[in-house]
Amino acid sequence: MRELAARIVAAVAGGTLVLLLGLPLAALLLRVSPGELARRLASPEILAALRLSLVSTTAASLLVVVMGLPLAYLLATRRFRGKRVLEVLLDLPMVLPPTVAGFALLMAFGRMGLAGRALSALGVSLPFTTLGLVVAQVFMAAPFFIAPARAGFASVDRRYLDAAATLRASEARTFLRVMLPLSMPSLLAGVAMCGARALGEFGATITFAGNLPGVTQTMPLAVYVALQSDLSTAVALSALLLAMSCALLFALRATSAGALLGGRFAAGASR
Amino acid sequence: MTASLVGALVLALAQAQPAAAAGAAANPGAGSAPRAVARAAPASPASAPATHITVLAAASLADAFHDIAARLRAARPGLEVRFDFAGSQQLALAIEQGAMADVFASADTRWMDYVTTRGLAAGEPRLFAGNRLVVIVPRANPARIGRLQALARPGVKLVLAAEAVPVGAYSREALAKLAGAPGFPADYARKVLANVVSQEDNVRGVVGKVQLGEADAGLVYESDVASAAAGAVRMLEIPGPYNVLARYPIVVLRSGRRAAEARAFVDFVCSRSGQEVLGARGFLPAGSAAR
Repeated sequence: MRELAARIVAAVAGGTLVLLLGLPLAALLLRVSPGELARRLASPEILAALRLSLVSTTAASLLVVVMGLPLAYLLATRRFRGKRVLEVLLDLPMVLPPTVAGFALLMAFGRMGLAGRALSALGVSLPFTTLGLVVAQVFMAAPFFIAPARAGFASVDRRYLDAAATLRASEARTFLRVMLPLSMPSLLAGVAMCGARALGEFGATITFAGNLPGVTQTMPLAVYVALQSDLSTAVALSALLLAMSCALLFALRATSAGALLGGRFAAGASR
Repeated sequence: MTASLVGALVLALAQAQPAAAAGAAANPGAGSAPRAVARAAPASPASAPATHITVLAAASLADAFHDIAARLRAARPGLEVRFDFAGSQQLALAIEQGAMADVFASADTRWMDYVTTRGLAAGEPRLFAGNRLVVIVPRANPARIGRLQALARPGVKLVLAAEAVPVGAYSREALAKLAGAPGFPADYARKVLANVVSQEDNVRGVVGKVQLGEADAGLVYESDVASAAAGAVRMLEIPGPYNVLARYPIVVLRSGRRAAEARAFVDFVCSRSGQEVLGARGFLPAGSAAR
């Protein structure tokens, strides 16, 4: 009897959450007909936002991979003074409100900012530029790559590394031939999560990079702007973003990286 | 570490859809977060049970309405006013979507009409204030803008509000008028608009970007210079004939549950006392004509 009650409570609780997550998405898709959706999506403003989103997200993800790989490797394989501080710093954008991140970016790289004066002396300007948009995306999305990449490196069996060492392989060679292939699923998962976060970036972007169609107005910003004057365009854009997010997730699930998102991956991440 | 990984994907996707509220707060340097619901009155004494009303008001009204709420508190203890300041367009759409609020104060008649034609207002809107546009530049004036013609110079970083925002529409109107003024090129408006580097969703966003020195110039209300940005910005006046008179209507909403208190607030805004506050904050009387 108590068993049954517990099951009912669990089912109601879980079902409520599924409804809470599913209903808004269904409502979004039911709001427009496919024909209307296609017509809206072909408008120049939406195409500009879509193109900008794809270009900036790709650029940001690439930058995160290039700059994040060494850090993830360092964190997974070394102990050093200040490691805790570095970990907190790298995790911070995950919990920091994006608006605060954007404001901090302005304080640092804005024209009057800490490093901004030096940058403008070099002729580089970040606020209100596509480059600034990419910087905001990198800032917000980097932890979403570094965390799984680090977990992937940490979960590589020590015995393979020892074997490589007995064969006198250098660390760089071991990294390329052993670490990288064995952690590939985690790295791909990280790239996908980082890309998803960059694609959805909103608060830091609008605060730091501003909002101008074709330059800094990505799809999430375009949704926000459309919400204030043109609801059907907002619906179309939202549906498109939803579809892209779903596609990304399904693709991820279909690869071996997806399996890692479950248990083994998280277990590898714990210290 | 485990927790952050488990949460990572959820977070990544949750943030793919921007929450309107999250974005509205995205205004660096603005004196107040526009969408923050501000509590105008402290907890009232236990003897008089507090009733509270919610006022949705254009972002430009923030300082003046806080002052008005303070005065009203002295006149009517126990009436607590909560504010939600944002671009009028955002508030009008929120009202359409069923936001529970007692009073709406818009920075133009377009968005007030949007609300009244949908039958969401109780009674006729009353015009209670006017405003004029000015150009502001950071105090350091990095682009050396000394006259309005300089706004058309290539490379100037200009920030305006988006077209849907009242001040954004007024700004475009004023630029079009200036294009016909003596001493201004006919393609003035087009050249100035080509210098826009960001379109903000309310006037305080424009003020913030100029105040921080990130933008070279912005078009805002005269009242914004009087309050929030005083000291941090310099002002360039737009001559009367080419300026635009912003008109602010206010109305009691049907969705509100406190009609009497809502009417009291509207009456107070329109009263001599309310008008004094608005005047002190740089607003014009409602009846004034564009000079």
